[in-house]
Amino acid sequence: MLTTQMVDRLQQALWDTVLMVSVSAGIAVLAGIPLAVFLVTSGSDGIFPAPRLNRIIGTVVNGFRAVPFIVLLVALIPFTRLVAGTTIGVWAAIVPLSVSATPFFARIAEVSLREVDPGLVEAAQSIGCRRWDIVRHVLLPEALPGIAGGFTITVVSMIGASAMAGAVGAGGLGDVAIRYGYQRFDTTVMLVVIAILILLVSAVQFSGDHAVRWLKAR
Amino acid sequence: MTGAAATLARSAVTEIPAAAAAIRKAGTVRFEGLGKTYRSSAGEVQALSSIDLDIRAGEIFGIIGRSGAGKSSLLRTINRLERPTTGRVLVDGEDIALLDEAGLVALRRRVGMIFQHFNLLSAKTVYENVALPLRVAGVARDEITRRVDQALDLVGLAGKGGTYPSRLSGGQKQRVGIARALVSRPEILLCDEATSALDPETTVSILRLLRDINQRLGLTIVLITHEMSVIREICDRVVVLERGEIAEQGEVWQVFGAPRHPATQALLQPLQHGLPEDLADRLHETRRGPEDQAVVELTFAGSAVPDLAQLTELAGGRGLRLLSSQIDRIQGRAIGKLLLALGPGGDAEFPAHLADRTRIIGYVDDTDG
Repeated sequence: MLTTQMVDRLQQALWDTVLMVSVSAGIAVLAGIPLAVFLVTSGSDGIFPAPRLNRIIGTVVNGFRAVPFIVLLVALIPFTRLVAGTTIGVWAAIVPLSVSATPFFARIAEVSLREVDPGLVEAAQSIGCRRWDIVRHVLLPEALPGIAGGFTITVVSMIGASAMAGAVGAGGLGDVAIRYGYQRFDTTVMLVVIAILILLVSAVQFSGDHAVRWLKAR
Repeated sequence: MTGAAATLARSAVTEIPAAAAAIRKAGTVRFEGLGKTYRSSAGEVQALSSIDLDIRAGEIFGIIGRSGAGKSSLLRTINRLERPTTGRVLVDGEDIALLDEAGLVALRRRVGMIFQHFNLLSAKTVYENVALPLRVAGVARDEITRRVDQALDLVGLAGKGGTYPSRLSGGQKQRVGIARALVSRPEILLCDEATSALDPETTVSILRLLRDINQRLGLTIVLITHEMSVIREICDRVVVLERGEIAEQGEVWQVFGAPRHPATQALLQPLQHGLPEDLADRLHETRRGPEDQAVVELTFAGSAVPDLAQLTELAGGRGLRLLSSQIDRIQGRAIGKLLLALGPGGDAEFPAHLADRTRIIGYVDDTDG
């Protein structure tokens, strides 16, 4: 059975994971949506054509997507120290998590934005919408169900990635599972951590699906 | 310039605007030598070439052609959704190629547009869809409410403001589209195959609404379609496009009554009955005996009136039977054909005022068989 100490430890770990993931997810949304809008609208036939910059940013995004998270985590240590002032702990883990989640989410949001019917953009132009009006009233609201679905996928994959952040002493559920479950052969802890992760992911997926359904029902 | 000359010039200038205002009523479109070339992987495609056309204020102008004839490209140059490669488009005398973004936005508020697939925003309610043109134009909130209600009322959708477009029928969606296009009080309404996705009954009601709007608000309507029936229903004038060029143009009754270009004739085909098949089988080209009846085709192209009394009188006692008839009333004129069987007794002469064209297409022994 679990000791009270272990229960406290798990509680703290759950909280750390939730904190890491939600702050990073928030940053991924704030940075990812503008990035996605840029990628969609700056193509040569987009409403803000800038094909050169589009290619450059697209390549950078692909670069980040190509690097495995565990490598990114280590490679970003100097940058993390610069931003967070430290390289260990929850706040230090948020830096690489956000950096990795932003391009991932941006690419998913980009797909949803591209699926918006070009006829709607044309209609918006025909009623005198300026380019920013089109982003605000057409592209974002029409792509919202897809973006919400993409956000769910992002959060779930970030929960997985946050476990690796234990490698830089970030704490969280993954950290507990490795230190107690793996290194000290405490199978119970391992199983409990797995159960908590399953519940957490299910809860995220369930609310995400619900939100998408609600958005689509309009 | 001397003082006297300047005064003279000024007085000439002051006289012109009054005359110009009468001619240049808002809502005119003029195409001058318009051409459009697309670049595709297969090379250059000439979508439009040397289009010269005048659309008058307050008329319903139809652009018809088969698919790929360039109708859609031509329509889209009017609000610059499409930029011509050569030539100019003048809206109310103003070359729209010269407009900057602000000028273009202002133009588009004077030129409304509706679409085949309605293109309503699914994430916004009917009210929000119709309000959007005013919102982005920075109109005050209570003014928006007033005008949106007015527009929804005009298209017969009062009380539907809170509904999302996905819950509406096709006809209702198009009415929302029309309300959205009209809420900015445009001078010109562009209709891009506006009834092609609708069933025949809904098509009629939408066309009636467009006709009604045209008369009540006096706005110019430019519509494109591939269906001649739409043109017949509501247009004043029509241009037929074929391979990016003007095949023919004119008053609708003229084009229907005497189509000159093969493309027009092909487009009119679905509206015409051919020679009834049983009759065609028994028809022979020359008279075989005195008992033969002549089958006469009378064509009405808009100037002659199908006067039955005169026709009967002309046939005398020989008997005159109506085999098939198709007369439409277009813009108050009789357009179409009558097929008559003239009883035995030689060929009669039909005077010119009885029909625009008379032709004996053959002879039959007996029309009853």
